Formats: sequence, C-alpha cells, structure tokens
Amino acid sequence: MTAPLNLRSIFIAGVLTVLALLPVYAALTGNYFLLTLFTRIVILAMAATSLNLILGYGGMVSFGHAVYLGIGGYVVGILAKEGILSGFVQWPVAVAVSALIALGLGALSLRTRGVYFIMITLAFAQMFYYIAIGLDRYGGDDGLTIYKRSQFGDLVNLSSKTQFYYLCFAFLLGTIYLVWRLVNSRFGMVIRGSRSNDRRMHAIGFPTFRYKLICFVIAGTLCGLAGALLANHTDFISPAVMHWTRSGDLIVMVVLGGMGSLFGPLIGAVALLVLEETLPVLISAVAGLILPSAATQAGEYWQIVLGPLFLLVVLFARGGIDGLLAKVQRG
Amino acid sequence: MDYWQRCNVADALLQVEALSKRFGGIVASDALSLSVAPGELHAVIGPNGAGKTTLISQLTGQLAPDFGKITFAGLDITALPTHRRSALGLARSFQITSLFLDMSALDNVSLAVQAHAGHSFRFWRDARNESELREPARAALVRVGLGERASAPAAELSHGEHRQLEIAMALAGRPRMLLLDEPMAGLGPEESARMVEMLRALKSEHAILLVEHDMEAVFALADRITVLVYGRVIASGAPETIRNHAEVRRAYLGEQEAADV
Repeated sequence: MTAPLNLRSIFIAGVLTVLALLPVYAALTGNYFLLTLFTRIVILAMAATSLNLILGYGGMVSFGHAVYLGIGGYVVGILAKEGILSGFVQWPVAVAVSALIALGLGALSLRTRGVYFIMITLAFAQMFYYIAIGLDRYGGDDGLTIYKRSQFGDLVNLSSKTQFYYLCFAFLLGTIYLVWRLVNSRFGMVIRGSRSNDRRMHAIGFPTFRYKLICFVIAGTLCGLAGALLANHTDFISPAVMHWTRSGDLIVMVVLGGMGSLFGPLIGAVALLVLEETLPVLISAVAGLILPSAATQAGEYWQIVLGPLFLLVVLFARGGIDGLLAKVQRG
Repeated sequence: MDYWQRCNVADALLQVEALSKRFGGIVASDALSLSVAPGELHAVIGPNGAGKTTLISQLTGQLAPDFGKITFAGLDITALPTHRRSALGLARSFQITSLFLDMSALDNVSLAVQAHAGHSFRFWRDARNESELREPARAALVRVGLGERASAPAAELSHGEHRQLEIAMALAGRPRMLLLDEPMAGLGPEESARMVEMLRALKSEHAILLVEHDMEAVFALADRITVLVYGRVIASGAPETIRNHAEVRRAYLGEQEAADV
C-alpha cells in the first residue's frame, strides 16, 4: 500500500484543486478564456479516461474511440435541429445510441487481436466519419451548428459557463470513480487478466470475449456522454470530431498521462491541450528573439517540439507522466 | 489386449479412447488410449516429439483431435471448449510458464479461484477484499509453499517459484484432476526434490496426469506409467513393468539410462 501523502497524490490533489477553483479565478479576474479552454480539457479528459478503461486496463488498443464523441455529439445536434431540446431526452438517447454502436463495433472487432484490432476499429471510425459527411440534412462536411444547448429546466443552465464547467467536471470525477470501482471489481480483474495473458484466462476458465465486449461498451458509452458534452460546449458538431486523428489525440493523452493509471488520462489531457495552447506562443517568443520577422510563422510549427516531447515520454517514461511521478517518489 | 480395455472403464476419472491427431504428415497422437483413476498419479513419458504436450492440449481442449473420444467423470468432453472442461474440474499447468506477470502471486491465484466462482459480472465490490476469493487463494499458495511470497509480483519470483505458482493456480479451482506438463523442467536438484514432495502430498487428493522428463521423479511418484513414441502407446503399466520393458529400454530409455534406474 502506498502512503496517503506522497508526491503523486499531492500532484493529483493539486490538479484537482486547480480544476475545482478555476471558475472562482475566472469570476474574480473576469478572464473566461481559461475556463472555456479547461471545459474542453475536462470533457476530453473524460473521453480519454473512458479510452483508458479499454486501452490501459484491458489492452484493447482502439484507434477509433473518437467515433463515440461524434455519435454523442450528433445525437444532440440532430435532436436539437429536429426541435427536441430537452437534455432529459437528448442525453439518454446519446448514451443509448453510443452503447448500441459500441456493442455492434465491439462484437465485430473484438474477434481480432493486435494490429488487426487497431485497424478494424480505425476502419469503423472512418466509416462513421464518412457517414456523417453524407448527412446532407445535418450539414454534411460543414457540420451542424447547435443553436440552443440542451435544456434541463431549472436544474442546470448549460449556457452559464460556470455551471456548465462544473457539470463537466462532475461528470469527469464520476467517470474516474466509476472506472476505479470497475477495474478493482471481479469484472476488472478479468479485464486486467485478459490484457496480461488472454490465453491463460481461457485456460483457467474465463470466456473473456463477453467481458471484453461489456468493457468496450462501457467505454464507448462514457465517451458518447462526453460527446454530448462536447457538442454543447462548442455549440457545433462536425465529422471532424470523428476523424482518426482525433482518436489518435485520445491515445496520446492516455499514453502521455499513463496507461492503466486512474488519473493518467486526466494528466495527459491537461498536458497535451495546455501544450497545444502554449507551445505556439512560446515558440514565437523564442523565434522573435532570434529572427523577429519569422516570429508568427514559427509558432505554427509547434508540433515540431511536441513530437519529440512525446517521443521522450514513450521512450523513457513507459508509465507516462503518472509513472514518472511514481518513479521519482520511489527515488 | 489393450491396456485401456483391461482397466475398469467405469472407475476411470479420465478415459481417452483412440485419440488421433495429425499435423500434415506428422502423427502427434496415433490411436492413443489411456485412463486415469481417481487418486491415481499417471505419468506419461516419451522422447521429445512423442506428442506429450499435444496430448495435454487435446485433453484441455486447446487442440481438437481428428478422431477419438475423451471422457471425464462420465461425460464426453471431446467437443467441449477449454473453459467448460476447466469448470468440470480438469485443471492444467503449463510447460512454458504462463502467468499474469504484472500481478502479485496472490492475484494470480485469486483470478484462478474467481474463474470457478460463477460469472464475473460483478462491477462494484473490490475483488481484492473479497474473502471468498482471497482465502482459498492464500490456502493454495500455502499448499505449494508460497505462503510467504503472496504479495510479490509474479515477475519477481524465481523459476522454481513460478512452477509452484502454476500449480497453486491449478489447485485454486479445487480440481478433480491436474494435468501437469513438465513441472520439473528447468528446476535445480533441490527445487526438483521439493516439487516431488509437493506432488506426493497432492496426489492423495487429486488425480494427476503428469508429463515429465525427469525419470527419477516419474519413478518416485507414478502409480502407472504410459510410454509414448511418435504418438503411439508402446507400453503402459506399473513402474516396475516399465522399468523392465524391453521395447521401452530400447526405444526410449537407452541402455545407459536404463541401467541407472
């Protein structure tokens, strides 16, 4: 057992405290840019946490997880366009549709292993991407503007930045708690065992397919809910949300933060998205010192710095940032 | 008269009849028949490539035989999948150690206990705090002599300890029969001696089919020995009979080794 007071838990407690107090900072300073950025980060952290359930704990490298962000988002967008604005309808439908699609995709793709699993999940995600492009009534390639956010009566007002942020933050914490319970339950032990040695799991009497399928459905459903949040956040949904590079971003968040670590995906999402915002500014500033005329242009090449950073983490910190913290703590 | 015809079919826990398996031109099992009675330790020996591991794989259901019939506890299990056989009480330990290396020794055995505790669609309670999983697992670890190493990650155990852990996992489901695939492989003399003692203690409670190269261990433990060559049974009987069997001496043991045992 780890001591309650250590570097890692202090760090995580710090991140959670900052996230919890962010709206207070925004209200005091009147600077709502950070709150908007972090609403996005919190939603994507929820999606990454759901991916971690199958990727980190279950060893199922899904390269199409962003498809559920799109499904959840499109359900909200389509229902809104058709005049159904109640969140009490939109969100349960988003959850149900995501679960059904995850069930179908999982039942087909979990019959494969390794690289084939990666490729088939990628192929299915691209299939939904092109289906969305074909939805002419709902904006096709251009996407669909959502003119009114989901309505929850007097319960919560999603148009209030603070209320919406806290709602997303509560969903993130709920997701992390759920994943924590799941991975330590009997069900979770089967999922972890199957990542560790699937053949042996069969030999000792576990038909692992059905457990992995249920796990896949839970992950897809949670991500679908994150998709409903994301569509409300951006007031817009387009096929781009489901593009395979978005699935790649989710994998990067999980790997960067720490696969199979409870708070890893959150740390990864914060790290990746904050870097995405700050690196261009930093690079422009540095380039400005050397060659002032190239300053703005240099900022566009921020990924040149992000790439090697990511490589370093993969090469030297296999457990991601969370693993690194644990290592530092052990000394 | 064939060996398996002589033994009392009704009494046998495991009954293998005319099992045949080919891989292209190679015959791995050639009309192979044998039986194991409750509480019996039946050893299967034979030179490399005799089809011993193929036999075990067919018994566990990882390989399907081309012909033949496998009966366990009166049930025809020839077509049953691995997990169903395991649920009936047929447990296997692997020749190549196949553990959950990133989990603790206790977690490894707990998973094996869990496999026999009904379905695992339980999503909420902490499985590591469930005494109905942890206590039998701890007991199995103690039986194989790993009680002190329960919380060590499996990856950090020694080779001999891996073997012990393998057997603890096989024991976890309270099996009626153990299929042990070369449990002594790669063990030092001291570890081997400990393994022999452990198997001797286990055989009073479980029927055991033992595939093993270590002749000393086989002759010390076995109630019956079956000799396979190219997938075919060339001899079967009590250790004394096998020791003096002319064809076995010629085909397998070699005169030098035969003189030693």
